[in-house]
Amino acid sequence: MSVQIATGAPDGDRLEHLLERSKAPVQPGAWGIRGRLLVAALAAVVIWGILAWVWQLKHGLAVTGLNDRVSWGFYLTNFVFFIGISHAGTLVSAILRLSHAEWRRPITRLAEMITVVALVVGAGMVVVDMGRPDRLQYVIMYPHLRSPILWDVLSIGTYIAGSLLYLYLPLVPDLAILRDGHVGGRIRQRLYSVLALRWHGGPEQRRLIGRAIGIMAVVIVPVAISVHTVVSWIFGMTLRSGWNSTIFGPYFVVGAIFSGIAGIIVVMAIFRRVYHLEEFITEKHFRYLASLLLVLGLLYAYFTLSEYATVGYKMQVGDASLLSALLTGRYAPYFWTFAILGMVVPIVLLALPRTRTIRWIVTAAVLVNLGMWLKRFVIVIPSMALPLMPYEWGTYRPTWVEWSITAAGFAGFALVFMIFARIFPVISVWEVEEGWEAEDAESFAPVEAPLAAGATILVGEPS
Amino acid sequence: MIGKSDPDAVLRDAQQADAEDVGRRVFLRNAFIAAGAATFGSKTVAFADDLMRGSDEPADDVPQWAMVIDMARCDGCRVCTKACQEAHFTGDQEWIKVFEVTDEAGNIVFLPRPCMQCENAPCLNVCPVGATYRNDNGTILVDHDRCIGCRFCIAACPYGARYFNWGEPENPPGAALARYSPEFPVPHRKGTVDKCMFCAHNAMNGKLPVCASSCPMSAIWFGDLKADIATNGLETVQLSWLLGNRNAFRLKEELGTRPRVWYLPGHGEHSKVVLPE
Repeated sequence: MSVQIATGAPDGDRLEHLLERSKAPVQPGAWGIRGRLLVAALAAVVIWGILAWVWQLKHGLAVTGLNDRVSWGFYLTNFVFFIGISHAGTLVSAILRLSHAEWRRPITRLAEMITVVALVVGAGMVVVDMGRPDRLQYVIMYPHLRSPILWDVLSIGTYIAGSLLYLYLPLVPDLAILRDGHVGGRIRQRLYSVLALRWHGGPEQRRLIGRAIGIMAVVIVPVAISVHTVVSWIFGMTLRSGWNSTIFGPYFVVGAIFSGIAGIIVVMAIFRRVYHLEEFITEKHFRYLASLLLVLGLLYAYFTLSEYATVGYKMQVGDASLLSALLTGRYAPYFWTFAILGMVVPIVLLALPRTRTIRWIVTAAVLVNLGMWLKRFVIVIPSMALPLMPYEWGTYRPTWVEWSITAAGFAGFALVFMIFARIFPVISVWEVEEGWEAEDAESFAPVEAPLAAGATILVGEPS
Repeated sequence: MIGKSDPDAVLRDAQQADAEDVGRRVFLRNAFIAAGAATFGSKTVAFADDLMRGSDEPADDVPQWAMVIDMARCDGCRVCTKACQEAHFTGDQEWIKVFEVTDEAGNIVFLPRPCMQCENAPCLNVCPVGATYRNDNGTILVDHDRCIGCRFCIAACPYGARYFNWGEPENPPGAALARYSPEFPVPHRKGTVDKCMFCAHNAMNGKLPVCASSCPMSAIWFGDLKADIATNGLETVQLSWLLGNRNAFRLKEELGTRPRVWYLPGHGEHSKVVLPE
């Protein structure tokens, strides 16, 4: 299935080929007829979702299945899910960069794109959830810093700004390539030449961009961790059973990286196939990411066990009824679908040598993503439906408005991705090239940084 | 939910609660300064004071409203709920909701639940824009010009006392004439949160909350913790005596929210009510 990099070919040819391939999506007519149909379909779903939101704005959240008992539902689930996916970029491009995992080079751009797009979609879900989105600016005008929502605004805001910068910096040399290669019409040329910041690739510029990317890689990691920590604290700072947990911060961070890696694998597989990038994104990349996904999957399983075992042993009143609803009651189908299809099956698939093929790795990644959406659903909804007073259980039946807006969130994610890939190269050309240069140099003097050695232990021998 | 027998203990608890709250705020303030000073220097001290200012201590002569609900008298007629709905044009929302519960002795008792006006109010802490605030009387109010409708307060409230205007509220003609204030939040606004506010509009004018004055059983007492006095409209008593002599308890005491609503158990001195957590 995979095609290894033609290591025997001279660098010039290899580079030509890479340039050609990575520019392919940017060329006129690159989408083809099927691509255009897909874009049209995605756009239709997004427009339908926007219409649903307009309907909701007009009639209020009464058009949703939300109520005074279950006052958070699909939108919050989507929010946590997309913010989780956004951890893809940070992991691959920052952590692997810091640990000198050379194999990361062809997939960093995709990962960073996922981060930015997922953050925007995720933040959008919160706005959709607001009863008064017209007062969004009040969060800045009248900030009440004691509220975890403010921590989220600050943290996610910083993360969006940082991720944009982190996506943009390594893009500059590639934009210069597009500028110099006269790709696209007048408008695009203008865009490329403005954004390329007079990049000419001199030694001083290379040194500076290397430093800037290095600094951003260090800065973005704690920001990313803070983001999912404070997202979890929206739940963790309340007194509700199921949310009132001390491990929610790390639990959510691990879950975010888990679903983020799965997100990368899925996006990588799609792009590899659609844009014929088999030469650069190889089975090796899937296998290495599969190892990471396996590690994170095991970690997540461990956290899940810790979370439920410690409350399940003591069986306090509220916790007990929540647990029985999750494990054997009304939410059991969702919980066990997550636990088995979203966690156990992927872990087995990723662990068995026989199923460590691209096909099965991608299958596992898709299952993880579906499972993690469900997991967020069973985190948000049952704790809300649980009676805090002598009530019956609350009920939540999402309406067409919530389904439409959720579908639009996913379609919008794909659409922005396609449009982005139409304008910018999906593989970081210069970084891959730099990797080849380093590789060649290394074959004369093999020096391994300690961090790289750590990465090797974690994910296997690079190339 | 601990029954208190010593009248002094109850009042002392209420006062001690104030002291504890100060303690918590000082802790938060100092933690913030420690974190901030490392980053931004001395300006953080002023900033931290600014941040915590939301819960200043009220002056001594300002009444601190409290409610005592006598479950021995409540017969579950729900007149209080209806009177409240009519007075505040709340529609379907039950700002004071009457639950039917079984106490420890197996008796059916009724549990009217207004807003608890917690001294350590989870709803107030989590509001991102400070739309939920505490007035000088210790009552938790919502500024509907400020509320952004995030519903974090609904998620945070352990008593289910908050309600959301999911659609356009049905404001009857009478409601449309009212002049809005957080003390009398009428007309209601779409996309904002509503709740019981101890009839702050009545309290300002020396009148009882609507639930208390409408109760046919005179089961709802309203009073002032500072002056140590309470009335149900018929009699006026010493608040601490009322609480101490009747094994008063508060809902979910163990959560540390320190409600300003107490309950007097019904059907026997020592029957307590067990609630889900």
